[in-house]
Amino acid sequence: MSDLIRRDPRAEWIARNRLHPLHAAAQPAVASWLSAAGVLRKNPHAVGFIGPNGLKRIDRSGAQQGGTAKRSTASAVVQLPLRAIEQPAFYIAVVPDMVGGRLSAHDKDLLGLAHKLAGSDGAVVAVIFGEHKESAFDSNGVDRLLQFDGEGFDGYAPEARVLALGAVERQLSPRHWLLPDSRSGGGELGRRLAAKLGERPATRVWQVADGMASGRAGAGREDLVQQAPRLILAAVECAEPVSETRHEVRPLALSEALVSHLPRIQDLGAVAVDPAQIPMAEAEFILSGGNGVKDWTLFHQAAAALGATEGASRVAVDDGFMGRERQVGASGIWVTARVYVAVGISGAIQHLQGIGACDKVVAINLDPTCDMIKRADLSVIGESAAILQALIERVAAHRQGAERDAA
Amino acid sequence: MTDLQVVTLVSVGAHPTSGRPRRAEQDARAVELGLRLAGERLQVLHAGDPQQEALRAYLGMGLEQIKILEQPAHSDALPVLAEYLADSSAQLVLTGSQAETGEGSGMLPYLLAEQLGWPLVVGLAAVEQVSNGVAQVLQALPRGQRRRLQVRLPFVASVDNAAPTARQSAFGPARRGLLTGEEVELVADPLFASAQLQPAKPRPKRLKVIKAKTGAERMKAATAKASGGGGQVLKDVSPQAGAEAIFKLLLEEGVLR
Repeated sequence: MSDLIRRDPRAEWIARNRLHPLHAAAQPAVASWLSAAGVLRKNPHAVGFIGPNGLKRIDRSGAQQGGTAKRSTASAVVQLPLRAIEQPAFYIAVVPDMVGGRLSAHDKDLLGLAHKLAGSDGAVVAVIFGEHKESAFDSNGVDRLLQFDGEGFDGYAPEARVLALGAVERQLSPRHWLLPDSRSGGGELGRRLAAKLGERPATRVWQVADGMASGRAGAGREDLVQQAPRLILAAVECAEPVSETRHEVRPLALSEALVSHLPRIQDLGAVAVDPAQIPMAEAEFILSGGNGVKDWTLFHQAAAALGATEGASRVAVDDGFMGRERQVGASGIWVTARVYVAVGISGAIQHLQGIGACDKVVAINLDPTCDMIKRADLSVIGESAAILQALIERVAAHRQGAERDAA
Repeated sequence: MTDLQVVTLVSVGAHPTSGRPRRAEQDARAVELGLRLAGERLQVLHAGDPQQEALRAYLGMGLEQIKILEQPAHSDALPVLAEYLADSSAQLVLTGSQAETGEGSGMLPYLLAEQLGWPLVVGLAAVEQVSNGVAQVLQALPRGQRRRLQVRLPFVASVDNAAPTARQSAFGPARRGLLTGEEVELVADPLFASAQLQPAKPRPKRLKVIKAKTGAERMKAATAKASGGGGQVLKDVSPQAGAEAIFKLLLEEGVLR
């Protein structure tokens, strides 16, 4: 329905004409009023509205539905209060992983921990390398953003990154350094930084409270409790992420130029790994087929062309098109892919549970009303075979173009 | 590759359930990788108690001896190892990525590389070739990916669970192998003066906190289906246009290789 407010001349005429048979019904029903004697009078019949099944419903949430108050304005997005720090007393430096150019859940927890340590007069600096795709730095608690660009930081360049962080240390001398203790870069970078700065870090920290940091020690059977050191490598869920404030994300720059260095480790690039060999639970890119896939040879071709690990819904596995070890969902494997392409899967709740941890979901389906479409970030409605065929051709054209560029 | 001088550093592990001393899982993988690279000339080094029987499990993998720098528990292994390695002719030092007992911070390979001034490769999966003092190695990344790196010798490398699985330990060789001790200067670790080890507390499961003002909002949040909501839906488009949109998303996410 359009949000335009339109006059209804007929309704206005009825409201003016007290002899009209619809006059009484057109009067706005007043639920309570102050009588002449100063007593609050209530009309219980005017409260509520007639629901879709003909019964009178009363919505006590304040947002009356149906009835006379049909005309609702679009709900405004709630603007969180801005927390601006002009002159920070000290800095807390956070180096998020930025897997895929975005803040991961781990990074958000870490920023929450940083705000716990910053209190009311410290500022949280996020130090990131290279390009990013994140649009929600402000609501995740980044007061200052320090971005390092340049070819030197592309690919695997831990030595260059440690040098850059050393420059940050000299300029800002943050009270704490926080890094995610993750396998996707943070754990390694943090330990390299610790070795460079000569700081003894607390690792696998899962709680910082009252100045004491508790982290797992050994193989996880013991906890090490110590005074929170300057450098903290924190585990997942180390603190609640920031949710109630908005932050400035003011860009920050280094005053000194970075010294160039000769890297001792040279990155020769990623190695092609057979996607079928990657365990499904940790595959990054999954192409999953369900009941809507009719041409399974084409599906396998598409997976090979895209370089995706194959998955399947329960129906496809039950019908014998895929092995049981490929089943995604509550009774199969809970996947953590960054990109999950669901072909002909309508999205049973068990399947949606299994892909709960996926970042981007793409759905290819014939039915525009199915649950998978509601979950997906991009849905294409159409015959899966034709779309997969077009996708194979598009990827092949892209690969050829890249080869021609390289030659 | 057979003339590569490989030293593997091993520690005493702890069984995850019983806590009994055993060979450490990742260190055993480092020994396995060392055996594949250097064969019989692999040197295995340990800093700690020479009477520790759990070390014999490494001997059972086919080693003749393990060199032990004698130290009591809770002393700092780093200076003695660094001194020993600096004097040795080692070209590649292999370690696990973190110890199974004690602090287990995983800092040892980093500090060792820093002290020796050698480069460090984290998560070594395989050494492909060594020529002219330059090694070409495969590094394990999360999600089963691999990356090829070129690094000059000598270097330190830590292995994690992506390295080849350790072979079984045989009883006979484990009995026959030698644990040769060497007296070294003792350096105390200052950590345990200020920090303490406690039995690990199970971490509470994170609760889904719903910040709703009214009952209706709470009800809605409790019964909501998992849905992105703001997804883009392409309807009535040609397969080519649909494929193009999907291709663009895949390219943006960087999953097409």
